Amino acid sequence: MKQKKKVLRGYAHKFGDDINTDYIISGRYKFKTLDSRELAKHLLEDIDPDFNKRKASGDLIVAGENFGCGSSREQAPLAIKYAGIGAVLAKSFARIFYRNAINIGLPIVQTNTEKIESGDELEIDLASGEVHVIKNNLCLKAEPFPSFILDIIEVGGLIEYFKKYGGWKIR
Amino acid sequence: MGKTIAEKILSSHAGEDARAGNIVVCDLDFAFAQDGTAPLAIKAFDKMGQKRVFDTKKIALFIDHNAPSPSRDVSSLHRLMRDFAGKHQIRLYDVGEGICHQLVVEEGWVSAGDLVVGADSHTCTYGALNVFSTGVGSTDLAAAMASGKLWFRVPGTIKIFFKGKLLPGVYAKDLALYLTGKLGARGALYKSIELGGEVIKDLGIEARFTLSNMIMEVGAKAGIMLGDEKTEKWLAERSKRKIRFIEPDEGARYDKVLEFDVSRLVPQVARPHSVDNVVPVHEVEGTSIEEAFVGTCTNGRLEDLRVVGKILKDKKVHPEVRFMVAPASRRVYLDSMKEGILEIFIEAGAVLLPPGCGCCVGTHQGVPSGGENVISSANRNFKGRMGNPEAFIYLASPATVAASAIRGKITDPRRYL
Repeated sequence: MKQKKKVLRGYAHKFGDDINTDYIISGRYKFKTLDSRELAKHLLEDIDPDFNKRKASGDLIVAGENFGCGSSREQAPLAIKYAGIGAVLAKSFARIFYRNAINIGLPIVQTNTEKIESGDELEIDLASGEVHVIKNNLCLKAEPFPSFILDIIEVGGLIEYFKKYGGWKIR
Repeated sequence: MGKTIAEKILSSHAGEDARAGNIVVCDLDFAFAQDGTAPLAIKAFDKMGQKRVFDTKKIALFIDHNAPSPSRDVSSLHRLMRDFAGKHQIRLYDVGEGICHQLVVEEGWVSAGDLVVGADSHTCTYGALNVFSTGVGSTDLAAAMASGKLWFRVPGTIKIFFKGKLLPGVYAKDLALYLTGKLGARGALYKSIELGGEVIKDLGIEARFTLSNMIMEVGAKAGIMLGDEKTEKWLAERSKRKIRFIEPDEGARYDKVLEFDVSRLVPQVARPHSVDNVVPVHEVEGTSIEEAFVGTCTNGRLEDLRVVGKILKDKKVHPEVRFMVAPASRRVYLDSMKEGILEIFIEAGAVLLPPGCGCCVGTHQGVPSGGENVISSANRNFKGRMGNPEAFIYLASPATVAASAIRGKITDPRRYL
């Protein structure tokens, strides 16, 4: 299954640096259920209680450095994905979150997000790695993925990758 | 060109030359998950269409985060884990046995030079035993259980030396908090850290675990120490495997080399709501607290409980403080019971929790109320971490927590030592 939408368009919700996975989805919810839709209702609740009401399907989370630091919980990218967020853009990602997002098929874009403001409409071309800020025609270049990781992204995540290749492609 | 410890361990497990920046697929020596991550890993394993785990002797599951279960929802996830472990004939550590990171080292699952992944961010703890161990998410863990392999981006390495000698009343936790404050929450993002220097040599293995455990809080992937006679003794007592320590090569390339003289370091405290918000204890001394907690994969070991016992002996926990203690494992529980430490806790008015993660993750066993201050020996103080976003969490050494529990306010433990 190829990633369906190569070009995403949505409105930015801006967050700061070091947004940890406890903030993305609190431990008091994540242990209870495997239902990511249920978890999605509590996305970012502890630092932004109104976020769920404000956001619309296809919107984008835009953050600073080290997005997704803290615990290894895969429920964090899952909650973002099932909340209907199109992609997360950040200056840098914490390493476990980075892997988890790729593995579950949540688009992530590593780029300089400083000039993006909340409410900006963005268009992201996942294939070329370009982010356009519509209001001022600013074009940001995303950090390209190594080809090994691109193979996982292309098929929609690690589950699909294992189903397709029966294991790791190299070695 | 020489290699760092991370490059050497990843090279030997990849069967090819692994240099910082490369992506390699490596053979794993051990992989595990806990009850917060295992259910999703099991689901992913099944969705991948996998029928068998790669090696029943190199995988384990742990029920520690919510143990015993606080709700029927959690109980059904625990059931899922028990069923999976039974079906695949893998070891499951059930309620009351202890925290994954304590059991992994205590039960001899890992040895020097190993490459280990765990679906828990504090898997970096075993770096203290010269192991490259790192946390992953559930789907990675599913792939690891199925194939025995995982991809790694080979990290660059920061070398850190601690010079000097720690003052009495200053512990590995203070060192870890100090380092986190100095480097910041992303000071070592994606990096491996080699921890060395005379201070590390002086520390016991349990204290070394505390330090390797906390390197996660600066964004690092691993926090590896050299092996010495203490490491050798620890490993030999717990595993029959041949011990082969991995040292960095001469001429290994480091991203950075940092040196800290910690001879004058005083007890440290991380203030709410981030682990790198660190100050010397005197800057927050006197802050009133309502809850205190000693335990977790950072500071719930026998050495830690001994320090707490020493401070609490013949004293009482402040009447307005709830003081929870959770031994890291059944072994720690029993050993501290035999030493009479648990009796001191109970006589002082502390609450003894079963071995496990206790109130660290905020799902059970001591959720603070809104507006309350907590002092804890855990590793994270994010808003909401202990189950209530309106509470305030301070992190400190077990000694500082114990001293604060007696006085009902944040207290320099050296008053009691």
